[in-house]
Amino acid sequence: MSEVLIDVANVVKHFPLNDKIFGSSGVIHAVDDVSVQLHAGEVLGIVGESGCGKSTLANLIMMLEQPTSGTISFRGKDVSTFSKSERLAYRSQVQMVFQDTLGSLDPRMTIADVLTEPYNVHRNFLPKKDWPDKVRQLLALVGLDPNHANRYPHQFSGGQRQRICIARALALDPIVLVCDEPVSALDVSVQAQIINLLKDLQERLGLAYIFVAHDLSVVRQIADRVAVMYLGQVVETGDEARVLLQPSHPYTQALVSALPEADDAGVIKSGRIILSGDLPNPADPPSGCRFRTRCWMAQQKCADEEPALIERGTGRPTKCHFVTPTVDAPAAV
Amino acid sequence: MAEPVLEVDDLHVEFRTEEGTVKAVDGIGYRIAKGEVLAILGESGSGKTVHARAIMRILDSPPAHITAGQAKLHEVDVLALDEADMRAVRGAKIAMLFQDPHSALDPVFTIGGQLVELLRTRRGFSKHEAKTMSTELLSRVGIASPEERMKAHPHELSGGIAQRVMVAMAIALEPEVLLADEPTSSLDVTVQAQVLDLLGSVVAENDMAMVLITHNLAVAVGLADRIAVMYAGRMAELGPAKDVYASPIHPYTAGLLRAIPDIDVREERLPGIKGTPPNMLRLPSGCPFHPRCPLADEHCVEEMPPFEEVVPGRWTACWHWTEVTR
Repeated sequence: MSEVLIDVANVVKHFPLNDKIFGSSGVIHAVDDVSVQLHAGEVLGIVGESGCGKSTLANLIMMLEQPTSGTISFRGKDVSTFSKSERLAYRSQVQMVFQDTLGSLDPRMTIADVLTEPYNVHRNFLPKKDWPDKVRQLLALVGLDPNHANRYPHQFSGGQRQRICIARALALDPIVLVCDEPVSALDVSVQAQIINLLKDLQERLGLAYIFVAHDLSVVRQIADRVAVMYLGQVVETGDEARVLLQPSHPYTQALVSALPEADDAGVIKSGRIILSGDLPNPADPPSGCRFRTRCWMAQQKCADEEPALIERGTGRPTKCHFVTPTVDAPAAV
Repeated sequence: MAEPVLEVDDLHVEFRTEEGTVKAVDGIGYRIAKGEVLAILGESGSGKTVHARAIMRILDSPPAHITAGQAKLHEVDVLALDEADMRAVRGAKIAMLFQDPHSALDPVFTIGGQLVELLRTRRGFSKHEAKTMSTELLSRVGIASPEERMKAHPHELSGGIAQRVMVAMAIALEPEVLLADEPTSSLDVTVQAQVLDLLGSVVAENDMAMVLITHNLAVAVGLADRIAVMYAGRMAELGPAKDVYASPIHPYTAGLLRAIPDIDVREERLPGIKGTPPNMLRLPSGCPFHPRCPLADEHCVEEMPPFEEVVPGRWTACWHWTEVTR
């Protein structure tokens, strides 16, 4: 197997709750004992619903947050021990693409300014005389007209702005892109174009992606492996086709089943699992298995004992006591 | 078709901005009957939300102006009503459900307080009657222990529960028409499925007509009897939901269907729609979809195709509708 670029080991991130006005206290368990690895050239999809910790995990990897405990290593070295120059190098090799394109582009900077700003920070990367050529190359790389370099972000559509953000992320020749919901704000017709662009770039430049998304059908198109998160924990991880087509954790099953999908004749698929209830409070997660409050298979054991994320006969690690190689989904409620 | 409850005809809405006039809704029309669900499908800027806000008369004017058209509720054109008469219609005859329940609820008052106030002022209930009715409404929308929930403030509710409360408020005055604007788009998929189920049963139980505005084709086909597809302020296609989904007769609908990623199929490259959504300030000549359309020819560049019933019950605005394949 190819080199491990990013190794997230037993990472925990707790956010203290110190609300002076309402007097609440405690900690939000945003990420709780998560371990994932990203290999060179692969796409790791991280899926889950709002509040599951997937964006916090992305921010931890980007060193935008410090883990409460656990380590994140890049090419075998713990990032928290990086010297200043190592940190700078890390930040050029691991870049991020966000969901909100308007919010991540300065409205008063032209596209040329946006794309050359990384060279102002990373001084020795590219001599200034080469900047205009590089801007044209980057724009062409992401499918934009190189003659539009002097326009401002508001003059572009949402899909074009996401292309600009991707071009900026590529300015320093990174080897990893962390994409946090890169297509969720886009219309379907444009979303397909951006997914295709990310696939093209990955193949041409040999990039590795951490692709954070809530839309499983999108993740299916691009990820090689998938980690499913629920309330701060990874509940299932493995090869994309196995996890998304034959999910073994009941939560993954519910997620896949809840997708509104029709067959070619427009008939909605039957036998959907509709979960009852809502996400529990992340400041006070349930004992044992965190999914048990919404799980149709939950038993006393689930409240008493936290299941380990281990292989249970389905060929991939699953955090559930009652995984059987063929779990029957309940009939639609 | 049963007698229509709401009949929208040739609706035009313009936004007059410094950069020019945007024809956000450019002559759309449809009819919807009791108990029917009509999905209006479109991407951002297609005019689907603006059309609903025009019918509710809640557009900010300026910059928005309803320049032509009618929206008849039975025989009354709501677009011609004065504000006082419109207030009697809004909520009571036509109600609207918004995408973000938390910004639609008042953060300062409890859920119960807001429901009780609504029922007292609009239906003349006594305080006691209004409380009983509020509890009943909350349990009808599937909220467990409604008496307890009445005391909650909006920030204490999850998105799914808050949207259920909004559904309760929308049906509280027993409206005939519900305009649901992306009611599940801000919710997680597992919760989205719950709320869609609820909306389907609420419409059936109350024999309401629902206009479901969505960008999600699968959501539309799951809930709607008919689907209308909008592009650049105009109707592109209208027909029975399953037919539109299974055999579209407008190239834009076909393109959307192809562009939706399917969890069961990993595509080498997704067949998207080329180009970008139109700039509403500078719409292309002829058919607004022609720069992105695989079937476009000279005719499409020169002349806007009329929106016509080409097969009984099926409408399209395309010169080449017979050549469209899914």
